[in-house]
Amino acid sequence: MHRLTIAVVAAVAAALAVVSLSAAAHRHTRAEHRHPHRIVSLSPTVTEDLFAIGAGKQVVAVDEDSDYPNRAPRTSLSGFTPNVEAIAKYHPDLVFISYNPGNFASQLRKLGIKVVDEPAVNGLGRAYKEIVGLGRLTGHVKGAKAVVHSMRTHLAAIVRSVPKTRRHLRVYHELDPTYYSATSRTFIGSIYKLFGFRDIADGAGGTGDGYPQLSAEYIIAKSPQIIVLADTKCCGQNYATVAARPGWGTISAVQHHRVVLANDDVASRWGPRIVQFARTVARIAKQG
Amino acid sequence: MTATAERAEAAPRVEARGVGLRAGLVTVAFLLAALLVGLAVGPVHVGIGSIVRSALSYVPFLHVHQPLDAVDRAVLWQVRAPRVALAGLVGGMLAVAGASYQGVFRNPLCDPYLLGVAGGAGLGATLAIVYASAAATGSSWTVPLAAFAGAIAAVVVTYALGRSAGATHMTGALVLAGVTMATFTAAVQTFVQQQHTQQLQNVYAWLLGGFSTATWRDVAICAPYVAVSSLVLVLHRRVLDVLSLGDDEAASLGMDVARARLAIVVAATLGTAAAVSVSGLIAFVGIIVPHTIRLLVSTSYRAVVPLSLVAGAGFLVVTDVVARTVLSPAELPIGVVTAFLGAPFFAVVLRTARGVR
Repeated sequence: MHRLTIAVVAAVAAALAVVSLSAAAHRHTRAEHRHPHRIVSLSPTVTEDLFAIGAGKQVVAVDEDSDYPNRAPRTSLSGFTPNVEAIAKYHPDLVFISYNPGNFASQLRKLGIKVVDEPAVNGLGRAYKEIVGLGRLTGHVKGAKAVVHSMRTHLAAIVRSVPKTRRHLRVYHELDPTYYSATSRTFIGSIYKLFGFRDIADGAGGTGDGYPQLSAEYIIAKSPQIIVLADTKCCGQNYATVAARPGWGTISAVQHHRVVLANDDVASRWGPRIVQFARTVARIAKQG
Repeated sequence: MTATAERAEAAPRVEARGVGLRAGLVTVAFLLAALLVGLAVGPVHVGIGSIVRSALSYVPFLHVHQPLDAVDRAVLWQVRAPRVALAGLVGGMLAVAGASYQGVFRNPLCDPYLLGVAGGAGLGATLAIVYASAAATGSSWTVPLAAFAGAIAAVVVTYALGRSAGATHMTGALVLAGVTMATFTAAVQTFVQQQHTQQLQNVYAWLLGGFSTATWRDVAICAPYVAVSSLVLVLHRRVLDVLSLGDDEAASLGMDVARARLAIVVAATLGTAAAVSVSGLIAFVGIIVPHTIRLLVSTSYRAVVPLSLVAGAGFLVVTDVVARTVLSPAELPIGVVTAFLGAPFFAVVLRTARGVR
């Protein structure tokens, strides 16, 4: 009888031990996989951010436009005309998008895939927040904070390097050769604000999303002191093509050769490479 | 060509006379007013007096002092003037081509893009934007040339397709061939565009059309085609009246129907292709202007063709003024303005003209 009691107690204890141990083990494995390890990024900016903060190893596929960094696993996936099946094929546990045509995100979610929308931001503060948020989602908070800190300090130093007399230049940011531009309410505009530049597109920013099409005569009359061409790759624009435009010879930036040849992609994303962009702008602002 | 025109003249009067003095004067006055407004209005303010004196200062031996500084001069003569001139050329061309197509095909809904011009030009421009090297795209020749080539190629294929259907049902077959061509080129164009989403913005900007980057060179590219085409079409205005009776009737009056039609279609197409290649796709002008003339003046092509040419030029100059001033200094796509202003205006003309006819 006594012996039986001991046996029962021992058996119960053993069973409890096994259960709790396996639960602990299970918790342990879950902790290991708490962070997504099969990420698909359909946003070139998110791709750049992920690799910058050290989450690159967790990325299994990026979209066709994610051309930076080189080691990103670029695929033919499209962020503009997304195919749910093609995305699901990669068995992702987290998909980043910056554009949601036809609400394809809800279809992905039906398949049990987590989808996070990271739409274009309109200022540096939001961009920093997005990077830190990506760090939290992927388990790289430290890396994300380091990236943000580096961006902040570099940008501050770059702005300081521009003499005070060149901090109030009138800037014209060109998105394409039909004079689509960006106001100071856009992300790229917020970079010019850091320098203290006055964005000539602000005069036309009354309506829309901050990307108005300016008329040529307005640009000539405003005579911007620095022109930033974000249509060098797409449309082959450079100093010569701008100077050859009828009437543009009177513009201050053309006369003083203050024309920035920006990389279209860097200038249209809101990732860490914006520091390189700011450095180029600063170099041109200082010259002449 | 002149032989047909003479024979056509011998034909009985279809309806009414040619251009009446009053209608002609009103239309020309409208065009002149539009040109003046086009030159005077813009984000940069330049007074009318200064514009006139500035223009006179370029005339030798007049010794008029140039009243404008370098910037205003550049704005006025390098940016605004070519824009006004190009809008006038394109507007006149589209309207006169639309009127002629409507006559040749005896279909009031025909527009200058009927035979695949728009689709072909759009495809040509898209291919150039997407596949040409950056250096080539940077040159402002590449896209207009590609659009022009695409437009001509599409129309040649359309014509071959229409002819192969047999001469007896020529007009119907041509229209169907045009629709086929337009659908096919649109499909290819959309595919290419969808494969190159990074260039979406540039393709879209071209398709919307407009004069925001017009230069004197665009005017020079476009002007000879517009001049020759509209001259041919104006000379064929009586032929169009005869054709409007029907192929059999026209033939019984001694007209070489196939030849006359070919001359008109070739002229209208060449002019339209040249216009589209420098301005992109501007809808509605080719339909609304000729019909307004028909409703207000006369249905005879002797009036419709020349008046459409002049009124179309004025109409597009005015709509371009609206496009560049309503959100000034931002631009509005001109297609939005032509339809937004054109549709209600046309509705009013339709209503008021109902009583007349």
